[in-house]
Formats: sequence, structure tokens, C-alpha cells
Amino acid sequence: MNVHPSPLEAQFAFDAVGAESHDVAHHASSTAPLGFWIYLMSDCILFASIFAGFAVLRGNFAGGPTGLDLFNLPYVAVETACLLVSSLTYGLAMIAMERNDRRQVFAWMGVTFFLGLCFLGMEIHEFSELVARGAGPDRSAFLSAFFTLVATHGLHVTAGLIWMGTMFVHLWRRGLSAGNRTGLICLSLFWHFLDIIWIGVFSIVYLMGVG
Amino acid sequence: MSAVPESFLFGKLTLDAVPWHEPIIMTAVAGMVLAAVTVLGLVTYFRLWKTLWNEWLTTVDHKRIGVMYIILAMVMLLRGFADALMMRTQQALASTGGPGYLPPQHFDQIFTAHGVIMIFFMAMPFVVGLMNIVMPLQIGARDVAFPYLNSVSFWLTVAGAVLVNISLAVGEFAHTGWLAYPPLSELHYSSGVGVDYYIWALQISGLGTLLSGVNLITTILTMRAPGMTMMRMPIFTWTTLCANMLIVAAFPILTVTLAMLGLDRYLGMHFFTNSDGGNAMMYVNLIWAWGHPEVYILILPAFGIYSEVISTFSSKRLFGYTSMVYATVCITVLSFVVWLHHFFTMGSGANVNAFFGITTMVISIPTGVKIFNWLFTMYRGRVRLEVPVLWTLGFIVTFVIGGMTGVLMAVPPADFVLHNSLFLIAHFHNAIIGGVVFGCMAGLNYWFPKAFGFKLDPRLGKVSFWCWLVGFYIAFMPLYALGLMGMTRRLDHVNNPVWHVYLVVAMVGAVLIFCGIIAQIAQIVVSIINRDQLRDVTGDPWDGRTLEWATSSPPPFYNFARIPHVESVDAFWEMKRAGRASAPLPSYQRIHMPRNTGTGVILGGLSVVLGFALVWHIWWLAALGFTAMVALAIIHSFDEDRDYYVPPSEVARIEGSYFEQLTAENQNERPSLAA
Repeated sequence: MNVHPSPLEAQFAFDAVGAESHDVAHHASSTAPLGFWIYLMSDCILFASIFAGFAVLRGNFAGGPTGLDLFNLPYVAVETACLLVSSLTYGLAMIAMERNDRRQVFAWMGVTFFLGLCFLGMEIHEFSELVARGAGPDRSAFLSAFFTLVATHGLHVTAGLIWMGTMFVHLWRRGLSAGNRTGLICLSLFWHFLDIIWIGVFSIVYLMGVG
Repeated sequence: MSAVPESFLFGKLTLDAVPWHEPIIMTAVAGMVLAAVTVLGLVTYFRLWKTLWNEWLTTVDHKRIGVMYIILAMVMLLRGFADALMMRTQQALASTGGPGYLPPQHFDQIFTAHGVIMIFFMAMPFVVGLMNIVMPLQIGARDVAFPYLNSVSFWLTVAGAVLVNISLAVGEFAHTGWLAYPPLSELHYSSGVGVDYYIWALQISGLGTLLSGVNLITTILTMRAPGMTMMRMPIFTWTTLCANMLIVAAFPILTVTLAMLGLDRYLGMHFFTNSDGGNAMMYVNLIWAWGHPEVYILILPAFGIYSEVISTFSSKRLFGYTSMVYATVCITVLSFVVWLHHFFTMGSGANVNAFFGITTMVISIPTGVKIFNWLFTMYRGRVRLEVPVLWTLGFIVTFVIGGMTGVLMAVPPADFVLHNSLFLIAHFHNAIIGGVVFGCMAGLNYWFPKAFGFKLDPRLGKVSFWCWLVGFYIAFMPLYALGLMGMTRRLDHVNNPVWHVYLVVAMVGAVLIFCGIIAQIAQIVVSIINRDQLRDVTGDPWDGRTLEWATSSPPPFYNFARIPHVESVDAFWEMKRAGRASAPLPSYQRIHMPRNTGTGVILGGLSVVLGFALVWHIWWLAALGFTAMVALAIIHSFDEDRDYYVPPSEVARIEGSYFEQLTAENQNERPSLAA
């Protein structure tokens, strides 16, 4: 068999149409959300591992305070409401994006940012109170796991807020460009993901913690 | 090291952190510094800084990133193997009553560094490097899905390796063994900076690995050439996909585990401490929930390499392609349900141990399927005994032995006897050297001509193979025997003349393997010198079957002028049979490519600063380094000039010179190639 036929014999094993569509596939707009989904799954396993750690250590109070002694459910409920409503407002921002309404996107993103900030402020306040009462993360294995799980979520929210701040500048500079739409979609996935994680935290850590 | 008062400016770091009084360490440090200075000097002398920066450090080309991964792996192989030689020499010298030449705290750092380096900074970069070079070519893509992220991943891996090497000169490395089990790795028992180096080196490089996993999965899922369905993907691409799914699923567990250990050490938490409710066995469970999949992250791509090699050099389609895919996927899933076999002695009870014993035996079934597939591929094939095939044959024999000793230890009562003995050490070296390292060497010899355009010298390749193979058996068979006699791992001295003989034999084996490594390096050097004789202008030196051979060697930076259309497994083979391969096109279209960026290498440099600052509690520097990294990533997001189009005239010029060479080659020689 001749490996290298002369050009005369050549038939082309190439598909021009396919090649073009493949070129398009190289653009971030179609691959980035999928890649981000895959990243989120790894983040999900990250949280799953911390949840597993919490499940193992949740009864190891070492003579220290328990969830019943520490958690203020109405306070946490307000905190939870902030985050859940922020998911809703982000959804409204995405609907505005679909309508190409840049002003509405700004407005709803602004509300989302504010609610995220409220959530974070309440969490920091809760942490500082616990530490002031002598129930810091070094008090017992239970508290180590509690602080780590909740703070990991809080750090994710912080990262989300920094990202949102960056998105504001991007939107202001370039409007609803293809790149910015991709960014908004990925951030939206991230933000809703954090919501889901928080529902787990609220149920398993707080509700079961006082139950 | 005892507790040192911390200063604001330098944290725990003082001049005493450098082990001035340890001649062995200082010699090694001097050697490393000398090597680094020599390399930097040569780069300066030959005025290569600009080339180095423009063509390599800032590159987003998957092939060049892959080559750099492999260079990193080879450098770290030398470092890790120096540790191995020191351990073998120490045990040989210190088994007749003498103390040997290594003090215990140094010996402990050496076996820790050996394990960490070989797994994280030798095997991982080697495998990831091969995946980077080959996989996009195999699926007919022009790059990976996120080229910039690929560069970031690589430089984070380098950063981890740099931290490990810094620990040799400044401070110490962990004394704990390669998985740093608590409570030994807790602050109370390891108050020095060794474990902190361990934690941050692995966190930083682990992040790189995770991002690389996301990247390569997305690449395979979205960027395959038209017509390449999942069941037409080359087996190496399949194993790359599965290995990267394991990376994405397993590395977060490592991140969490090490973060918890770090929180114990830095913030006084109690995840794994003996007091205040900590649970050290949780660490062991978590780390092996990552660690066992990690074994398969390394071995699956190696299986893929063997599959490609066997099929190509037998000139036959791989026997049982479909069963090979299913076996790979089965291993991927099962690898998450066997972790407890690493610590049957934990005492989790007979039922739990039985479950994990059985799953461990079950996972050997798909592996067995693969072995038979390779054997049947060779059966009635015309096997060409080139160097990659030698490595593959060596693998098949060696790995089967390693697999059988593994199944033996999967029986919990047997494991209670063999746990932490040299039998275990022999077993996993048998699997990892015989499986992963041989696979990397096969892959290196097989794909080197693709990456560089000339073959590796086969004579030195054979010398290297035989040294490795014979050296492996001489080095590790005595360890099986010693394990059965009751010698446990990690002993810095043993006073037992009966064991001494075996330890000396093992040391001889290690020296023989070292000769293999030297031959490997010599092979590369000699091949570079003789590159004109070894040149391959066809791009297809082995009569290959998959798409990476359908383009020139080295491939143009855009890989394919026109994306090939795939109609079957072994797409390129079918093209050649139909006479549709390697022909110039009447006209070319512009090609969309990503631009180089220096962000990745700068992020890597900053992460070294961050890691070093965290190790030494230099908080202001850590804050600065971290802020700079975040700021840089954000600034990069504002860079809108990330891609460009290669004009058709440029493509035509590059393709034209390839076909010119090809025509000249065809006229000059071998009319006999037509079968």
C-alpha cells in the first residue's frame, strides 16, 4: 500500500463544512459553560468531602458547646433568605440579559450583589460572636468542622462577589457582548450552585444541629 | 526544629533554616544551584532569553506545554531517584549493626520526598505531558479547549515542584511518609516546616492538575473531529478521558484533606488531633479516597499507551476495542470503591474488610480483560520489536506479577500479615514501575518523533530498557522476600545479617536501574546530536493508525491545515488504505488560534511566593502574593486580544514546505514501501 500517493490520486479526507463548524467550536462561548459545569462538579465533590468530615465529627463536642447551645435559627433563616432571594434576582438578571436589557441586568445584578454582601456580613457577624463566646474553631472537632464547612461556602460567596464586581466593569465597558454573556452564564451557574450548597448547610448543619 | 519566635518581616525564617551542618544536603543543594546557574548561564550566553520567553514560557500550544511537562518529569525523576539510591545504600550499609551514613531525621525526609516527588512531580507530569502532546492530535483538534488555562495548570505544577526543591535548601521536608498521616503530621509531633512545605506544594500543584483535568475533559467532549464518535476515539484518548474524570472527581478530596490538616496546623483546629474530638482515621480514609483513584489516574493513560503501541507495531486493529473501552470505564468507576484496602488493619470489622477485599479482587477483572486484549492483538500480528514494544512486553510480564501480589494482599487476613511490610513496597513498585514508568518510556519512544521530527536512537533505548527491566527485578524481588520475612517499611537501620544480603542485592538492582536512567538521558542526547540520520519527514515513522500521524512531525502549531473527517476507529490507517492521506489541498482557509500569554508563568511564580510565605508564616508576603494572583487573573480577563487568524497564505507556505520534503523523500528512496 502506498502511504503517500501523488497529488493526482489524492481524494480529500477532509470535510470543509465540518472544519468550519469545528473552528467555531474553538470559541469560548460554546465550550466555557461545559467546562465550568465540569469544574462545578469538582467543587461539588469538594463540598461533599467537607460534609463527610462534618458528618463524622458533628458529635465530637469535646465537652464544649453543641449546636443547640450556639445556633440562632431565626438569624440563620434571615441569612438563608438573603442568599435564596439573591438567586432569584440573579435569575431576573439573566432574563434581562436574554431581552438585551443592559440597564435591567445592571439593576438586578446590583440587588444580587447587595444580598450576597448581606449574607456575608451576617455570616461574619455570627462567626465573630461565636469566637467571642469561646466557641471558636479550635474549641472542638465539631466546631472545627462547622467553621470549615460554613467558611468554605462563605469564601465561595466572596469569590462570587469579586467575580460579580469584575463583571460589572466588563458589562460597563463592553455591554452584553458574547464574551460577557458567557461570563454571566458561568457566574449564574456558580451562584445557583452556592445556593444549593447552602440549602445542604442549612439543613444538615443548622436544622439537624439543633434537632 | 523547636519553636522559633516569629518576626513580622521574615516570619519563622532565619539563617539557621539552611542546614549548613549537613554535608550531604549542602552538596545536593550546591549541585542543584550549580545546575541551575549553568542552565541560566547558557541561556544568557546563547542569547536565548527572548526565544525562551516567546516560544516556551508564554506558550499556549498544547504540544509545547506537554514537552515542558515531560522535561519537568525527567528532572524530578533524577531528584526522586537520587533519594531512592540513598535509601537503598543506607539500608544496605545499616543492616549489619552500623548506623549507616544517614541520620534518622534525614532518612525520614528522604523516603517522604521520594514518594511525593515520584508520584506528584514525576509520574503525574509525565502522564499529563503525554496526554497534552498526543490527545488533541488524536482527536483532530487544533488545541485544547482552554489554552490559557492549560498554561496556568502547567506553571502551578512547576510551582509545586519548585517548593519541594526549595525545602531541601531552606528548612526541611516532611518526615512523615508520602501521605503525611496524622497525628504524626500534626503540629504537636511535626513542629518544623516540613509538613507545611508538603501541604502547600501539593495544594498548588493539585490545583493545576484539577484545572488540567477540567480542560482535557472539555477538549475531548467538544473538540473531536467531525465523524469521531465516542466509540471511534483512539484508546489513548479514552483512557485520557477516564483518567481526567478521575482527576476531577478525586483531587478535590485531596484538597479538602490537606486543607483540614493545614487548618489543624495553622489555626489549631481538631480534625485529626488526638485531643478535643479529632479523628485521625478520617484523614486516612479521606486521603485514600483520593489516593486509590490516583493510582488509576496514572495507570489508565499508560494502558492507553500500550494499546496504541501494540496495535501499531502489530499492524493490526486492537483486539476487542469495545471491551477495552468498557474495561477502562469499569476500572474508572470501581477505583472509587476499593480505598479501604490500604488500611484493613484499621479495624473496621470483618464485613467492611470483606466488602473492600472483594471489590479489590473485582477490579482486577477488567485489568485482566485488557491483558488478554493486548495478547490477542499480538497474536498473528507481525510484531515489530521496536523499543516501545519492548517496554510493552516488559510491562505485560511485570504488571501481571504486580497484579497478582495485589490480589494476594486484597485478602484481609493476608494483609494483616503483610501490611506496611516490604512486600507491600515491592507490590506497588511492581505496579507503578512495571505499569506507569514503563508506559511513560514506551510513550516517550513512540511519540518522540511526533513531537520533534526525529526518532530516538533505538540502540540506547534498548540498553535503557534492559537495564530498567533487569534492574527492577533485582531491586524488588528481594523486597518481596524481605516482606515475607517480616521486614517493615521505612526502617533507617536494621541489625539483621540475614536481611543484609537481600538489601545488598536490592541496592545492586537500584544501581542497575540508575544505569537505565543514564542510558535514557544518553539516548535523548545522542538522538539530538544524530537528529539528521534519525529524521522522519513523513510524520508517520511507525506506520501509525491514529490521527496524530496524519500531520507532519513536529506538527505545525495549528496541527491540521484542514480538520480530518473520521469514519472509523484507526482513522488514519483507513485513510492510508483508501489512498486519502497526506495530500496537499488545492486551497487553504484561515485558521483561528489563541495568542501566547505570560499570565500563566507569572501566576506560577507568584504561587511559589505565596506557598513559601505560608510555609514560613510571612503573612504580609502571603497576603501580597495572593492579592497579586487574584489581581493578575482579573486583569487577564480584560485582555480582549486573545486570539487571531492565521492567514491562508501562511498556512499554504507551511504546508507547502512539508509536502516538498515529502515528495523529495518519496523520490529519493524506498519505492519498496508500497506493500
